[in-house]
Amino acid sequence: MLKHGVNSLCRCCPAVTYCTFEYDPVVWLLSCLEVTASSRHYVDRLFDLDPQKVLQGVIDMKNAVIGNNKQKANLIVLGAVPRLLYLLQQETSSTELRTECAVVLGSLAMGTENNVKSLLDCHIIPALLQGLLSPDLKFIEACLRCLRTIFISPVTPEDLLYTDATVISHLMALLSRSRYTQEYICQIFSHCCKLQHWHSCGFKSLPQPLLCANGPDHQTILFNHGAVQNIAHLLVSTSYKVRMQALKCFSVLAFENPQVSMTLVNVSVDGELLPQIFVKMLQRDKPIEMQLTSAKCLTSMCRAGAIRTDDSCIVLKTLPCLVRMCSKERLLEERVEGAETLAYLIETDVELQRIASITDHLIVMLADYFKYPSSVSAITDIKRLDHDLKHAHELRQAAFKLYASLGANDEDIRKKIIETENMMDRIVNGLSESSIKVRLAAVRCLHSLSRSVQQLRTSFQDHAVWKPLMKVLQNAPNEMLVVASSTLCNLLLEFSPSKEPILESGAIELLCSLTQSENLALRVNGIWALMNMAFQAEQKIKSDILRGLSTEQLFQLLSDSDVNVLMKTLGLLRNLLSTRPHIDHIMSTHGKQIMQAVTLILEGEHNIEVKEQTLCILANIADGTTAKELIMTNDDILQKIKYYMSHSNAKLQLAAMFCISNLIWNEEEGSQERQDKLRDMGIVDILHKLSQSSDPNLCDKAKTALQQYLA
Amino acid sequence: MREAAARERDGLRFPSGGAAPLWPRSRPIGWRREPGLAPRPVTQSGSKMAEAGAGSLHGGDAAAAPGPAEEQELSRRLRRLYPAVNQDETPLPRSWSPKDKYNYIGLSQGNLRVHYKGHGKNHKDAASVRATHPIPAACGIYYFEVKIVSKGRDGYMGIGLSAQGVNMNRLPGWDKHSYGYHGDDGHSFCSSGTGQPYGPTFTTGDVIGCCVNLINNTCFYTKNGHSLGIAFTDLPSNLYPTVGLQTPGEIVDANFGQQPFVFDIEDYMREWRAKIQSTIKRFPIGDRLGEWQAMLQNMVSSYLVHHGYCSTATAFARVTDTTIQEEQTSIKNRQRIQKLVLAGRVGEAIEATQQLYPGLLEHNPNLLFMLKCRQFVEMVNGTDSEVRCFSARSPRSQDSYPGSPSLSPRHGSNNSHVHSTGADSPTCSNGVMSTKSKQSHSKYPTLSSSSSSSSSSSPSSVNYSESNSTDSTKSQQHSSTSNQETSDSEMEMEAEHYPNGVLENSSTRIMNGTYKHEEILQTDESSMEDSCSQRQLCGGNHAATERMIQFGRELQMLSEQLCREYGKNTVHKKMLQDAFSLLAYSDPWNCPVGQQLDPIQREPVCAALNSAILESQNLPKQPPLMLALGQRAERASCPYLNESYLFLLWGFPSRQVTLLLDSLPMPLREKVQKRNPLENSKFATAFICAGISSQQSNFKATAVSHQTSVFHLFWKIVFILQSVKILLPHLHSEKG
Repeated sequence: MLKHGVNSLCRCCPAVTYCTFEYDPVVWLLSCLEVTASSRHYVDRLFDLDPQKVLQGVIDMKNAVIGNNKQKANLIVLGAVPRLLYLLQQETSSTELRTECAVVLGSLAMGTENNVKSLLDCHIIPALLQGLLSPDLKFIEACLRCLRTIFISPVTPEDLLYTDATVISHLMALLSRSRYTQEYICQIFSHCCKLQHWHSCGFKSLPQPLLCANGPDHQTILFNHGAVQNIAHLLVSTSYKVRMQALKCFSVLAFENPQVSMTLVNVSVDGELLPQIFVKMLQRDKPIEMQLTSAKCLTSMCRAGAIRTDDSCIVLKTLPCLVRMCSKERLLEERVEGAETLAYLIETDVELQRIASITDHLIVMLADYFKYPSSVSAITDIKRLDHDLKHAHELRQAAFKLYASLGANDEDIRKKIIETENMMDRIVNGLSESSIKVRLAAVRCLHSLSRSVQQLRTSFQDHAVWKPLMKVLQNAPNEMLVVASSTLCNLLLEFSPSKEPILESGAIELLCSLTQSENLALRVNGIWALMNMAFQAEQKIKSDILRGLSTEQLFQLLSDSDVNVLMKTLGLLRNLLSTRPHIDHIMSTHGKQIMQAVTLILEGEHNIEVKEQTLCILANIADGTTAKELIMTNDDILQKIKYYMSHSNAKLQLAAMFCISNLIWNEEEGSQERQDKLRDMGIVDILHKLSQSSDPNLCDKAKTALQQYLA
Repeated sequence: MREAAARERDGLRFPSGGAAPLWPRSRPIGWRREPGLAPRPVTQSGSKMAEAGAGSLHGGDAAAAPGPAEEQELSRRLRRLYPAVNQDETPLPRSWSPKDKYNYIGLSQGNLRVHYKGHGKNHKDAASVRATHPIPAACGIYYFEVKIVSKGRDGYMGIGLSAQGVNMNRLPGWDKHSYGYHGDDGHSFCSSGTGQPYGPTFTTGDVIGCCVNLINNTCFYTKNGHSLGIAFTDLPSNLYPTVGLQTPGEIVDANFGQQPFVFDIEDYMREWRAKIQSTIKRFPIGDRLGEWQAMLQNMVSSYLVHHGYCSTATAFARVTDTTIQEEQTSIKNRQRIQKLVLAGRVGEAIEATQQLYPGLLEHNPNLLFMLKCRQFVEMVNGTDSEVRCFSARSPRSQDSYPGSPSLSPRHGSNNSHVHSTGADSPTCSNGVMSTKSKQSHSKYPTLSSSSSSSSSSSPSSVNYSESNSTDSTKSQQHSSTSNQETSDSEMEMEAEHYPNGVLENSSTRIMNGTYKHEEILQTDESSMEDSCSQRQLCGGNHAATERMIQFGRELQMLSEQLCREYGKNTVHKKMLQDAFSLLAYSDPWNCPVGQQLDPIQREPVCAALNSAILESQNLPKQPPLMLALGQRAERASCPYLNESYLFLLWGFPSRQVTLLLDSLPMPLREKVQKRNPLENSKFATAFICAGISSQQSNFKATAVSHQTSVFHLFWKIVFILQSVKILLPHLHSEKG
């Protein structure tokens, strides 16, 4: 109703009477009129000619708006903001007046998000930043408080702080002025230092650019302005608020930032190193907020490699603290943050995973994360239900993430996780939840658990996890696809009972399309999964794969810039070219292209592994009945094989030797011709040389080959 | 060192002495000075032992235990971890008990290392050992660690807790009141043969910790410094640290604080301290502020009234503008009766009771019997008036009890010794009596030779009935070997009319010098106490002995009569038996049942009588303050109180303390700070002193508590408990 403004008062009055039926409508009508009228009066007084009266007006306004959202909205609608900003910016105004203006503006910003938006629309930020140049401390503090309130609002874009390069250095300079400037500036920094990548916690499955397109990210800007040195000493401030805000600032600065983290370890304040100060802040009698935030700092530093994972401050302090944060006694928000941070901390270290898994029954404790909203909360009170609902998704995804980290490496832990009540059902349900965050975390968890051979054969099969997984893979964003396809890779392993049904549900098509993705990880996972699928597969599947992939795509992949993709593609080829009938069949249809590809790779600049893999493919081809001829008729290839037999690398020599021995194998048709041809090429001499080799493998192989000639 | 020495003295007869008891307790001052009674001299090494072993029954093991430096380190750490524990009353576990273990257990390295020495064929060969002492409730949070030196053949090791008397041929956890965490399967056993999956397994090289949280009665374990989560809830009290082994080669080492713990237990304790503090801070007081104050005042007042501190109570009431429920005369009457009992003049007390509260004893035959038994004991002691009247002098102070409040139970009890000599010494030492005591000083004996002969003859005259001649010679020998001090006191008994000499005074001075810790007591009083050390049956008077025998017969008859009317009563029987047993010894004070003669035994009788009187007047038989203390002592029904108490002992942000102390007038403040036995109850004292001596401080203390609004009723109560005792002498001295 307030949006209607003064002119539409008459129209809005009936509305008031409707919604406040429990009061006397007349009284409310009057009070409503009175409020708006008085608001008008406050604004009018800002335009008084007497500066003293203006000041009094602002002070009265200040008292009127405190804690009164309606009054705030009224004043904004009535246009108080531009006038206040004008007064604030006016050099001729007394500092007292300017300070009071900043206070009122700060008070207005405390209201709803709409208030903040209105203030931003009036360009309040440049005006306040300008105010920071004033010599008057009181005024500066008022401006900072107002800026702080605006910047911590989610509607304010963080970039507004970085539009002018001089602002940051000026803020750094102001840090020494008073405990209020310290508190507010730290708070501004910690809210205006957002990471460029979207996910809030850990799980860097991909190397993502730390720098965004527009230049250095916020962390780097602040770091380059000496944030670490300027803020470090605030950690030992006498004021709790200052300490806390400085700590928060560091937790944001150091998050996934090796540069900041490495610097932090060596900074000392009053003769104490920062890690020691953080550890003190972890003490159990410190406020939870402080424990949690300093655990985050230490976690970032540990992940950045600045602190070893077996350091006692991680093993005996940070980890137990984070586990405590997951306990039922903590608030839901704290539990979410605690679990996410812990997941990040232990993600890559199996020893930390083992310790976490036995600490305070963490695995059982996490099961509780799935019990929101509880049946009790639904009945007893609506407020709590609302609160639970709001956090339910967050809780579930945090638990999935932590389970994923816990089970990443250790088979026993995976077993314990799966044995937790209804665990597989929860994951399956999680895979089809509406919240993408939960789905993603559930897939991660599934991926982590799918590394267990035993689980693949048992619980994964019992719960038919492949079904929801395939569903997740349809039209999912890349981030999700990456994890889901990795999981699929594991499910497609030869011994996995899920393999068949997955194939039947059109996995080949899906995986083939993944190999065409722009995203490297997806290409790797796609071709990897195909490789797994082709391992000891039947003829039909192999043909399907080849058909689905198309030879063009195969060549595309063989010329991929990424060695991983190349390796997996070669692996796929090798798996396709196994058992004699398959080899002959495939070579009869795609022989030419494959031989071309092989030549190309053997000629190209590739590392040993790639060449070895290629030679193995040749050896497989040489095993075919008809396929042999493709090699024997290709002198170029034969020369290459000969070359690799005398290569300096034993692995390549061995692979080439496989090729030769397959070609000269006695019992097969036409072996005599092949033996003769190869003897003419001088292969036998090389074999004799190799039979004297110091490498027992090579030696053996060469001797067996020579025996084929003797027979 | 001084403290240690004091404890050592207490250790002679009252092992539970030591730090100031919470309640006024009569403490015979001259008693311990008797040379004949001292079982061992107070030497340097003796006192050290007392400090290190903390009254442990196994003092002999100290020789095998680690060196004194480590012992000191242990004591230091234990004091830091459990500041609230009074280690003289409730010693902390420091080693495994060589007595409380199964045969298959071997102990070494100062009873810290446990190894298995049985066959280990099956579970029937399991063996456990308990620590020397149970975990004191005052710990709040208790922790110990066990390092697995070797897992032996199968590693069937259990670490946990068990109550006294639980079968030691078992692993901890298998039986009722027994709890354990087992290494082979990582299961927890909660008084059951089947375990629950709990934590990881443990084996050679692991350090397993066990933490008992006595605040919420739970227990959790740690492995190599990592908490494994709650294992048991609803634990009973008085559990002992326990380990059990089952197969050959199993060896574990305990750490009760000898070494730093792997797990950061202090951090855990800090968390709980903070938790309790915030509970207290958040406790809603709101509009009921005024009520709290009234309740507090009422509690203090009722305590004072209950114990008959008449004038203190009146002063308190005046200051706080409150009224006392009970009438002045009634308080005074009770006070008089109590004093009689505490002075050992039970016969008079019974008479007075019958006169003032007719019908009371008739309705309480048990109480009457208890009183009569005590009267008999006092006759043996020579204190009761029925025997005293036979002695040469008339009991001068008999009817001249001062009405002053200075007769607290503690003071009153001191009189007993004076009477035991049959002397005419005044019973107490306030203004009125001081003149009398001067008189008596002037009558003190000077001659030694004659008195010594008379004294040596008196024992033989006493040993008239059961005792044979050998006995009497023994006692004669005894008295003749006594040193000069003894003969001094002997003289006193006979030579009343001789003018006082230099000798007596000087000896008194020496004694005072030795017993500095009794400073609180006025010198004249203590000098009299000191002077009486040789006691004789019924004061050594033959007629009195006759009367005693007669009284004994009457008592026997009363017992039989009660038995007929109310059926058999084993308590009565025991009481009677104990009392009569006194006569079987030539020196009843030094016999197995001699404890009865201890004036401290008058207290329960006195309390019972007082309660009965109050009950008959429809007044609470126990002051609320005492009730609260009782709850605290049982660390029980009232969780808040328990927590608050721990909180109190664990220290309090000293800002408020300082604030309050500052509000006190300077001399009082000094006294408060100086007199306080517990550093942590500084605030308590301040609170009370400020409350009571409000003329000077205008209730600043309570005003402060209102302003900050953080004070919780219950811990206020605890503060009061802690400080009432400290406060009383203050009040007296202020008046004096």
